[in-house]
Amino acid sequence: MGKTLSEKIWDRHVVRAAEGEPDLLYIDMHLVHEVTSPQAFDGLRMHGRTVRRPDLTIATMDHNVPTDPPVDGVIQVNDPISKQQMDTLAKNCAEFGIRCFGMGDPRQGIVHVIGPELGITQPGMTIVCGDSHTSTHGAFGSLAFGIGTSEVEHVLATQSLPQRRPGTMQVIVDGDVALGVTAKDIALAIIARIGTGGGVGKVIEYRGSAIRALSMEGRMTLCNMSIEGGARAGLVAPDETTFEYLKGREYAPKGADWDAAVADWKTLVSDPDAEFDETIVIDATAIKPRVTWGTNPAQSITIDEKVPNPLDFESSDDQDAAALALEYMGLEAGTAIRDVPVQTVFIGSCTNSRIEDLRVAAQVASGKRVADGVRAMVVPGSAQVKEAAEAEGLHEVFTAAGFDWREPGCSMCLAMNPDKLAPGERSASTSNRNFQGRQGPGGRTHLVSPAIAAATAIAGHFATPEEV
Amino acid sequence: MEPIRTVVGRGVPLDRSDVDTDQIIPAVWLKRIERTGFGEGLFSAWREDPDFVLNDPRYKGANVLIAGPNFGCGSSREHAPWALEDYGFRAIIAPSFADIFKNNCGKVGIIPVVQPPDVVHRLMTAVTEDPSIEITISVEHRSVVVPAADVEGSFEIDDFTRYRLLNGLDDIGITLQHEADISAFEAKRPSYAVTIG
Repeated sequence: MGKTLSEKIWDRHVVRAAEGEPDLLYIDMHLVHEVTSPQAFDGLRMHGRTVRRPDLTIATMDHNVPTDPPVDGVIQVNDPISKQQMDTLAKNCAEFGIRCFGMGDPRQGIVHVIGPELGITQPGMTIVCGDSHTSTHGAFGSLAFGIGTSEVEHVLATQSLPQRRPGTMQVIVDGDVALGVTAKDIALAIIARIGTGGGVGKVIEYRGSAIRALSMEGRMTLCNMSIEGGARAGLVAPDETTFEYLKGREYAPKGADWDAAVADWKTLVSDPDAEFDETIVIDATAIKPRVTWGTNPAQSITIDEKVPNPLDFESSDDQDAAALALEYMGLEAGTAIRDVPVQTVFIGSCTNSRIEDLRVAAQVASGKRVADGVRAMVVPGSAQVKEAAEAEGLHEVFTAAGFDWREPGCSMCLAMNPDKLAPGERSASTSNRNFQGRQGPGGRTHLVSPAIAAATAIAGHFATPEEV
Repeated sequence: MEPIRTVVGRGVPLDRSDVDTDQIIPAVWLKRIERTGFGEGLFSAWREDPDFVLNDPRYKGANVLIAGPNFGCGSSREHAPWALEDYGFRAIIAPSFADIFKNNCGKVGIIPVVQPPDVVHRLMTAVTEDPSIEITISVEHRSVVVPAADVEGSFEIDDFTRYRLLNGLDDIGITLQHEADISAFEAKRPSYAVTIG
């Protein structure tokens, strides 16, 4: 029997396999950020250990960084605890010899944005990070997954990780999506179908013509959300789109190495006779722009639908969850989602803060004005995205329309920096989680694509670009 | 990590599905650089509600959390099991767990106990009616026993995790015993494998 892509990558990285034990898996790249690493470095010091491969480790600051404009060229961190956490990362990286893209560095940005844009993320690699959205990097046909801080310490010390072999799942999305339907909508449609726990214990491979048609950035958005369906990782087999994206990037192979790499990467596909533990088939032509109504990413509807009634759900768990969600979200069952007004629009996060996302949003915003009473912010995913957007004049389009153009970082996706929702405030957000209080205590988050987010900012309520 | 053979204690019912790590420990708590003291932040938003189960004095000192399916979904933050452990929980019983959270529990020394939904429901009802009933979870025997709820079941825990818990072993120490295998693997990596200069 043939192997699936994730099995092939797995098998290539097994350092040691023994009966009754998890495989010891080699890690090709370890991405580090300020929030989940300080205790790991402390652990190394406590045991007198070093970082085995600083050359396979890279650090950035993203979760805590403020997105207000710099003062005299320097970003001001007013929260002393945030500052301490970032200073600690800088100090740890200096002590252990790890390259760190700190605040103000031209390569700084959200860890899952900079890995790909620097060409560090490549097909066939194993990539880990103390962050669940590490699944993003699967867009390149790499096996990339989030780990906890004990595992961060483990990878720092050994460049390997004992892991149990995951199950396999294919999600086939065939057909052409309608105009205005984005990777975000495909992701939300898949999660609505499989549920928040549908992918637990498995690696999802996204396949089918609708996936092939996605740009690399679209594939990143899709793979990014794999964890919201519970999956260990999500990936897409590399193809010409992948190679074209990578070629010439700073850390991509060059010359003869490039040719050797591409020849190898072309073998990274699931064999025709490979068997998956589970198969989900989705008709791309039926996917519409989606909006979440509840407090987990599986609770979404199309923009044309109404907020569901808890009694519409089959299981009592789902009914209870829906009732609690509606109460928290301050929504009445039966309300058309289009009629729900928002106070804040957030365009950003590791899900949707790349240049294509910003282009789509700017196109919608161009020549329009943000509705009265709506706070709309655009937070590029990295310093490079910001620079590219400014070179295209996107920042001027946004500011002319009344959007706030900000410095790069995770920002309001998880509100660890000063960008927060107030209690009861409602947002349309291009991020990945609509959990209770995710964007600030008491805040109410609706997940949408950048196109819907921009249109919603203009309309003041959920809307499509055609309506504004 | 201290060796864990058995957890004996009382349960707290948390009758919700998809309890995410943002609820277990909200992001504002993640700015700390220490490994301890996260118990204060455990379910901090929900604890503002006086009716939240952890505010019920009858459950003071309980060390087993009983929850709905897909417990611990969301972020990879190990701060979630750190907070549960610091607060005093030693085991969690649920119909299912999110992967990363479950992994993290194994590192921290909290036992994730998967039980069928009907058993979890029965336990939930039993501890709601009588918070004093005794729950015994044995890592050694892979068993969960609650006579008052007529529960005498087994749970799955792989041999390796069980061995580590029973002996309180440090994963890194185990892996470093295979340092030669790691070096041999590294010698065979392709020339184009990316490195950070």
